[in-house]
Amino acid sequence: MAERSFAREVESLRLGDGQEFRGEGILAVTKALLQSGVAYVGGYQGAPISHLMDVLADSQPILDELGVHFEASASEATAAAMLAASINYPMRGAVTWKSTVGTNVAADALANLASSGVKGGALIILGEDYGEGASIMQERTHAFAMKSQMWLLDPRPNLPAIVRAVEQGFELSEASHSPVMLMLRIRACHLYGRFTAKANRSPKFSAGDALAAPSRDYSRIILPPSTFAQEKEKIETRLPAAQHFIASRGLNEMTGADSDVGIILQGGLYNGVLRSLELLGYADAFGSSHVPLYILNVTYPLIPDEIVRFCAGKRAVLVVEEGQPEFIEQALCRILHQRDGDTRIVGKEVLPMAGEYTGDVLKKGLGDFLGRWAPRETKTPAAATPAARRETALMPVGKLAALVPQRPSGLCTGCPERPLFSAIKLVQRELGALHISSDIGCHSFATLPPFNMGNSIMGYGLGAAGASAFSAHSSRRAVAVMGDGGFWHNGLTSGIGNAVFNRHDAVTVIVDNGYSAATGGQDILSSRAPPKERNANQSILDAVKGIGVKWVRRVHTYDMRETLAVLREALTTGYNGPKVIVAEGECQLNRQRRVRPLFKKAVAEGKRVVRERFGIDAALCTGDHSCIRLSGCPSLTVKENPDPLRTDPVAYVDNSCVGCGVCGEVAHAAVLCPSFYRADIIYNPSRWDRLLHALRTGVIGALQRRAERERLRYAL
Amino acid sequence: MSTTPFKLAIAALGGQGGAVLTGWLIEIAEANAYLVQSTSVPGVAQRTGATLYYLEFFPREAGGREPVMALMPVAGDVDCVVAAELVEAGRAMARGLVTPERTTLIASSHREYTISERSAMGRAVATEAELIDIARVQAKRFILFDMADMAAKRDSVISAVLLGAIAGSGVLPFRKDAYQGAIRRSGLAVETNLAAFDDAFHAAAPGTVARPESTAPARLSVDIPPHARTPVLQNLLLRLRELPLSVQPLALASVRRLIDYQDPAYAKLYLERLGRIVRLEAAHAAASGDWSLSEATARSLALWMSFEDTIRVADLKTRGSRTAEVRGEMRASPGQLIDVVEYMKPRVAEIAGTMPATWGQRLQRSAWATRLLARFTGGRRVRSTTITGFLMLRAVARLRRWRRGTLRYQIENSRIEQWLSRIEQVSAGNHALGVEVARAQRLIKGYGDTHEHGWRSFASLMEQLEGLQSRADGAAVLARLQAAALADEQGSALALELVGLGAAAARVAPPAAAIEHA
Repeated sequence: MAERSFAREVESLRLGDGQEFRGEGILAVTKALLQSGVAYVGGYQGAPISHLMDVLADSQPILDELGVHFEASASEATAAAMLAASINYPMRGAVTWKSTVGTNVAADALANLASSGVKGGALIILGEDYGEGASIMQERTHAFAMKSQMWLLDPRPNLPAIVRAVEQGFELSEASHSPVMLMLRIRACHLYGRFTAKANRSPKFSAGDALAAPSRDYSRIILPPSTFAQEKEKIETRLPAAQHFIASRGLNEMTGADSDVGIILQGGLYNGVLRSLELLGYADAFGSSHVPLYILNVTYPLIPDEIVRFCAGKRAVLVVEEGQPEFIEQALCRILHQRDGDTRIVGKEVLPMAGEYTGDVLKKGLGDFLGRWAPRETKTPAAATPAARRETALMPVGKLAALVPQRPSGLCTGCPERPLFSAIKLVQRELGALHISSDIGCHSFATLPPFNMGNSIMGYGLGAAGASAFSAHSSRRAVAVMGDGGFWHNGLTSGIGNAVFNRHDAVTVIVDNGYSAATGGQDILSSRAPPKERNANQSILDAVKGIGVKWVRRVHTYDMRETLAVLREALTTGYNGPKVIVAEGECQLNRQRRVRPLFKKAVAEGKRVVRERFGIDAALCTGDHSCIRLSGCPSLTVKENPDPLRTDPVAYVDNSCVGCGVCGEVAHAAVLCPSFYRADIIYNPSRWDRLLHALRTGVIGALQRRAERERLRYAL
Repeated sequence: MSTTPFKLAIAALGGQGGAVLTGWLIEIAEANAYLVQSTSVPGVAQRTGATLYYLEFFPREAGGREPVMALMPVAGDVDCVVAAELVEAGRAMARGLVTPERTTLIASSHREYTISERSAMGRAVATEAELIDIARVQAKRFILFDMADMAAKRDSVISAVLLGAIAGSGVLPFRKDAYQGAIRRSGLAVETNLAAFDDAFHAAAPGTVARPESTAPARLSVDIPPHARTPVLQNLLLRLRELPLSVQPLALASVRRLIDYQDPAYAKLYLERLGRIVRLEAAHAAASGDWSLSEATARSLALWMSFEDTIRVADLKTRGSRTAEVRGEMRASPGQLIDVVEYMKPRVAEIAGTMPATWGQRLQRSAWATRLLARFTGGRRVRSTTITGFLMLRAVARLRRWRRGTLRYQIENSRIEQWLSRIEQVSAGNHALGVEVARAQRLIKGYGDTHEHGWRSFASLMEQLEGLQSRADGAAVLARLQAAALADEQGSALALELVGLGAAAARVAPPAAAIEHA
């Protein structure tokens, strides 16, 4: 089950004509899909579109009523291939994933889809993970649109505009027989807002209709000579059709007063640009701007006639285009040059080539552009907002930054992956430093403090593949880490199968926490308790054996001694061949969600239950913090030393401890420190418990009091 | 009618309930005829990282004109910053979100330490006082109190306290009952959340001056008691009073510690040892009034002399005060039953260390005995709340009276003597270097491998003394070496520094071997 339940939000998917929808951007997209009569939806979770997948999973009854097929695809490639249904039939389909990583995975299917062309609307909803909070390398999706001739929507970040983009996206796709990509930046996905809903529509044409009367068209197959015809068709027929649709339906917008300077911007940056104009005194809070704006809600293809019209009579136009290369700026220059326009195009010379266009970046860039080309007299002073006159008084940032320590992401309290990485750290102390090929998932955090391990990350499920070059037999073996999510996504074949076939000698650790944990705890093929709509509970161990691995071990990560022993064995055994360790331990976030209510219920019902928690004797801790360097659990923190002679803070377990036991295991396995203790807190004790404790505290208390009296004799 | 939205940023950590707080604020605003927009960047930051929620509020107009609201804050354009933790308030300031002309900063004074602060080999926590001073200047209004503590007292969550603080501050034009209504409608932990909300509302109300409780390190007592119970103890007091005034508080704490650790005679030994250093420094102090060597030695010597052997561990784990501490830590209600399991892993070294010196040495020299014993060592879980478990630990603690004969004592004792004579030797010619030698004891801490690693670092520093003695910057170099030794546990930083030092020495006087080969 996913980390967040959308049971309440799902009800808003039932809203009818004229009712107001309130909620997150990504929920609005889901509603828009249903309003558009979508026939099938697929995708792969990942921030910032995980919630779209979670909502769809939670809204199965509504989807069933409408006759919409939904699946949690095995990978982005699977999802993209699903769009094949729209090639032959007038079925509307939508898929979603995190971009650009997911788009990379899907690129093969997408390229073939774009070449074939579509009959039914095919919409690809992309959560653009660029800028602050991004967990992936930074690239643009724009290049995919250009290379495959798919159209790219980048709507203004407000709910009505996003919903409109979904609806228009399907229409554009059908009008031009091309797939359409809709990109949503991370904040737009998590944007809370409103729009006026329409009633849901059942698909006009369903999979059942298609299967009853299959239709085939050889010209849609990806094989020569069709492919050559398709390549021509893209440029000669589909592109003009798309441009005609975009222009005639007014998908892009021109607003603002008349002036001899202007701004062309990606729709997704509209709110940020407008806020900057407001702060600079060129616009008001309601969007009326003294600078003309040409808002590209479709960033590919461009409409040359609109561009020429907008630039006519303007001395200079600023292009606000996030990321690199500056595809739009280059295209604008070419278009104007060929049409003999003399407008000066300004872009990356005032705005940064790389990185997110935050409010501060936009304000500076726009300020520089307007200061040069539209100095103060062009603006109406009366309209200038008070904000414009406020001068910011900033602290010397350098000093503050030095005072504020970084706060990188890390494994959660009680995470089952922590003892695994502690064990890998310890085994390196014994056997020397290892080359570790890391993967995408929560376990990526092992590359950060306090573990600081892992030499490369090549992509989701590619941990084992990333160690391929180091897989020849040598005195020290390479280690690859792979998550269960990545394993089913592709790692089983790309990593494990590849290792078997090529006789690798490396060690692969598969982290089996039962969920696609990093993306929000979605179910996967090996989840233990899946919902009734899914078939899971498949064994990773069997899959690994089935593909031909002979050396396979299963360990429970919380048993660190066992984990350490198996790691040691894998790294030193005489067996030459791929070695796979399946490291089991249920994701603690999910586990706590499952276990905590049960515990509370048991306590309330008067049942005898024991809660385990760890603690540290402050008097015994010497403040060296080696326990924290080996574990890093958020609940294992520090506090001021109660001992006036010592100055280093002591380690301290706070009340968020879930009693996973790793502290004790680490203290044992690493010969750390006797200051750890475990407290077993007994709720609703039995009469026997009470009797025994009375006896024990009686005897122990008496002995303690005697010792105390003895000590007091010498106290100063 | 305002012409621009009200802008509010919430700086929180993943898991602190920033999303819940945002949800409440949206509900309250919409119920009060306000348009509201919120965004966030959860992503991987959800997993314990720093994250920012951003909201804009605008009164709903009769005409229906809607403002264009931004998705992220611009530096200098934020009306209210809410920080669920002190360093996050600092981070918001570093981003320029807090400006004296307009920003109300509402922050919790408590700390959730970052991994770099927690995992350092010594002290690395951020300087809270400095952050607070900057915030006082940087914010138009600064509301600061310990919100985590306030939430805990009501068995509530920090998001409820933050909501109360926002309401109490009056930055938003909504009535108190509008906020309370949102908590009620959520239907979750309503009573406790309302109680925490109310406490925070009053703490943040204009005119209230909330002062965070000091989290300063424990202080030394400065008053030496006039009388002691016995003549032996009285004699210790007399000796204490003979010490320089600035050394007395440290020495008093040390004497108390060593009586507790061993006995009054051991405390006397401490004072004798310290006396050697004080007499040595007297001439220097007469000229400068500076007793830094005696002060450093007083602290380090006490810590070293109370080295953590198995006897000490067993002693501290079996005290009545310890039972009370555990119950406090676990927030146990009176009468609640608690069992305590101790995690011990005595190695052969620890066992040998607790034996009489000759036996212990013989054991360590004998390969077969060590191997045999090693089979019985390993992780032990001792239930110290059972009578047998307690008696076992108590028996080890009672070995105290024979401690002076143990192998571990003899090793530590000779190391201490060696260190003291080094201090004496060095400080005669280079006072500042002597101070650093005295301070270097701080490298030796922890148990097992950690302790051995610390000792090796210390020993390698001591090897440098000869070279450093003649250098004017000898003390500074030794201080730098100590910092390097504490920089990482692999010892890479120290190795690098030592190589640098060797190279520098080589430049001054090339080693004989180098000349031969030239």
